[in-house]
Amino acid sequence: MAKTLTRSEASSSGFGVDAEAAKRLLSEMLLIRRFEEKAAEAYALGKIGGFLHLYIGEEAVAVGATSVLRPDDYAISAYREHGHCLAKGSDPKRMMAELFGRRDGLSKGKGGSMHLFDRTTNFLGGHAIVGAHLPIAVGVGFAIKYRGGDQVIVCYFGDGAVPEGEFHESMNLAALWKLPVIFLCENNRYAMGTSVERALAQTEIWKFGQTYGIPAERVDGMDVLAVRDVVSRAVARTRQQKVPALIEADTYRYRGHSMRDPAGAVYRTKEEVEREKLRDPIVLFRDKILTAGLLSEADIRAAEKDVSDRIDEAVAYADASPEPPGEWLFTDIYKEA
Amino acid sequence: MAVMTYREALNMALREEMRRDPNVFVIGEEVGLYEGAYKVTQGLLKEFGPQRIVDTPIAESGFTGVGIGAAMVGLRPVVEMMTFNFALLALDQIVNSAAKINYMSGGQFNVPIVIRGPGGPAAQLAAQHSQSMETYFYHVPGLKVVRPTTPADAKGLLKSSIRDDNPVIFIEAETLYNVKGEVPEDPDFLIPLGQAIVRREGTDVTVIAYMGMMYRAMEAAEELEKEGISVELVDPRTLRPMDTETIIKSVRKTHRVVVVEAGAGFAGMGSEIAASVTEQAFDDLDAPVERVTGANAPMPYARNLEKLKTPSKDRIVAAIRRVCNANGS
Repeated sequence: MAKTLTRSEASSSGFGVDAEAAKRLLSEMLLIRRFEEKAAEAYALGKIGGFLHLYIGEEAVAVGATSVLRPDDYAISAYREHGHCLAKGSDPKRMMAELFGRRDGLSKGKGGSMHLFDRTTNFLGGHAIVGAHLPIAVGVGFAIKYRGGDQVIVCYFGDGAVPEGEFHESMNLAALWKLPVIFLCENNRYAMGTSVERALAQTEIWKFGQTYGIPAERVDGMDVLAVRDVVSRAVARTRQQKVPALIEADTYRYRGHSMRDPAGAVYRTKEEVEREKLRDPIVLFRDKILTAGLLSEADIRAAEKDVSDRIDEAVAYADASPEPPGEWLFTDIYKEA
Repeated sequence: MAVMTYREALNMALREEMRRDPNVFVIGEEVGLYEGAYKVTQGLLKEFGPQRIVDTPIAESGFTGVGIGAAMVGLRPVVEMMTFNFALLALDQIVNSAAKINYMSGGQFNVPIVIRGPGGPAAQLAAQHSQSMETYFYHVPGLKVVRPTTPADAKGLLKSSIRDDNPVIFIEAETLYNVKGEVPEDPDFLIPLGQAIVRREGTDVTVIAYMGMMYRAMEAAEELEKEGISVELVDPRTLRPMDTETIIKSVRKTHRVVVVEAGAGFAGMGSEIAASVTEQAFDDLDAPVERVTGANAPMPYARNLEKLKTPSKDRIVAAIRRVCNANGS
C-alpha cells in the first residue's frame, strides 16, 4: 500500500505544467475566491440568507483535484461546496442565482448555498448532514463498477466528518468492494469550532487509510500543484485497479465556519490566522508562476480582470432572475412525469 | 393464478424485475449466501450472482447510502432491511438524502430506490424487534410508503415500487410471510401505488385496516355479520400517497368509521385518517370516528402482555358495535 507523506513533491521536482495550464489553475482559484467574496457581500446585503460557508483559503484543493479529472468523472461534497461545484465546471451565474434563491439557480432556488447540484457536470451535491454523502459516494463508485465503467468519483469532506460512523462505514465498504472512490479530506483543522485535536484520537487522518487497506497520502493543500500531483496518481491507480484512495489535504479556511461566525476567533488566535495567510494558495502560486517566468504580471492582471468580470456578471444575472413561482413549492417532491 | 405464500410472491416480484431490468439489484444483510434472514431472497444469488445480490456487513447507514448513490446515477437498488427496526440506523439517509435529493436538486437527480423488509408486531420479539415503523416514514414528503396485506398485493406492489422513479419504503411483516393466497403469474401484473382496495363490501360501517390488522378486522366482520352488522373493509395498501378518495367514498356509503392500526395510536395512521374523514365527510358521519390502536406502550416480551399491546379481534368488534349503536340504529 502506498502511504507516502507527500508535501509539495510536485513543486520540488520542477513545475510540471505549462503556461496555459498554469493560467487555467490560477484563473480557477481566482474565480472561486472572487465568487466567495461577492457571495459574502451579497450576504451582508441580505440577498443571500441562511447559512453561507465560504471556501476562501481552500481553493487549491478543489482546483488541483478537478484539474486531473475527466468531465464524465463525478464529484460530491458537503456544504462548503461552492469551490468544488465551480471547479467541476458549473456556470457561476446559475450558482449565484441559486445562492440568491432565484428561479434560474441550479436547483431552481430550492437548494441554496448548501445544496448545489449540476447534472451537466456530474456534480452530485451539496449535502449538509456531516458524513452523510460519503456512503452516497460509495454508491456512485458501486454503480461505476456495476456498469464496468472507468470513471472515478471524488468525494470531498472535512475533518469534521472523520469522527462520524459513516466515514468508517464508507471506507470499509469501498475497500471491501474495491470501488473507484477517491476520499479527499480537506483538513482545515476545525469542525466549526472544534479543532482536530479535540475531536480525533488519531489526528493524522490519512492514517485511517492504513486501517482499511486503502492507499493514503497527505498533501499540502495550499499547493495546487502538489494537490494535482497526488490526486493525479490516485486517479490513475483508482481508474486502473478499481481501488479507493484516501487523501488528506492540509488546508485552512480564512473565514469563519459560516457567515454567522465572521471572525472565527473564539477557537483560534488572530496570530494563527495571519500566519496561515502567509501560505495563501493563490498568492503562493502567483509568485511561483512569476518567478518561473510562465506568465507576466500583465497576464495575471488580465486573468484577474476576466474573473472579476465573470463574477460581476454572475451577480447581475442572479439579481435579475425572478423568484421561483409559488407553485414550485410542490414540484420536484417526486420525479415529474 | 397460482397459490403461493406472501414470501414466495415477494421473491417472484424480485426475480421478475431483475430479469426485466439489468439495473435492478438487491443489497443488504444476509440477502445472498444466507438467502435472506426471512428467505425472501431465496435462490436469487444462484440466478443473478454476487454482482446483483450484494451481501453487506452490518452497516445500515452505509449500505442505504450506497443504494442512494447508485440510484442517483441510474441504478435501481432494492435495499433489504433485515427488519425495519434497523432502518432507524439509516433514518438520516432515508429522510435527509433519499427523500430530498430530487427536491434539493430542483429535479435534476431522482432516487429510484426501494427499501424493503419486515416490520410491525411479531411474535415475542420484545421492544426493539416488534414495532410498527411506518409512522417514521409516512410523515416525510418525498417518500412513498407501502404496506402490502396479501400475497398478490406483495407481488404487484413490490413490482410497482421497483419501477417507481422515487424512494419507496416497503414494509412487509414477519407474521405474514407464510400466509397463502392466489397470485397472478403474469410478469406484467402490477398494482399501482396510491390505490386503496375495498376487501369486503358492506353497508353499515367502514373499517380501515392493513397488514395483520386487516386479517383481524376480517374475522371481526364475519362475526358481526351474524348479528346483522354489515362491515365494509378498506385497505389503503399505500399509506403515502394515501387514497383518501376510496376511503371517503366508502364513508359516504356507510356513515360510520373505525380505523384499526397495530402501532401505538398517538399521532398514528388512525389519527390521520380520522382527520381526513372529519375534514372531508363530516356531514356524512352518523358517529364519531373510532380508533382501535396498539397500546401506548413499548412492545413487552411476556406473552400475556404482548397480547394486551396489539388490538385484538374483540376490541375491533367492540368498537364497531359502539359506532353502530351510537346513533341508535
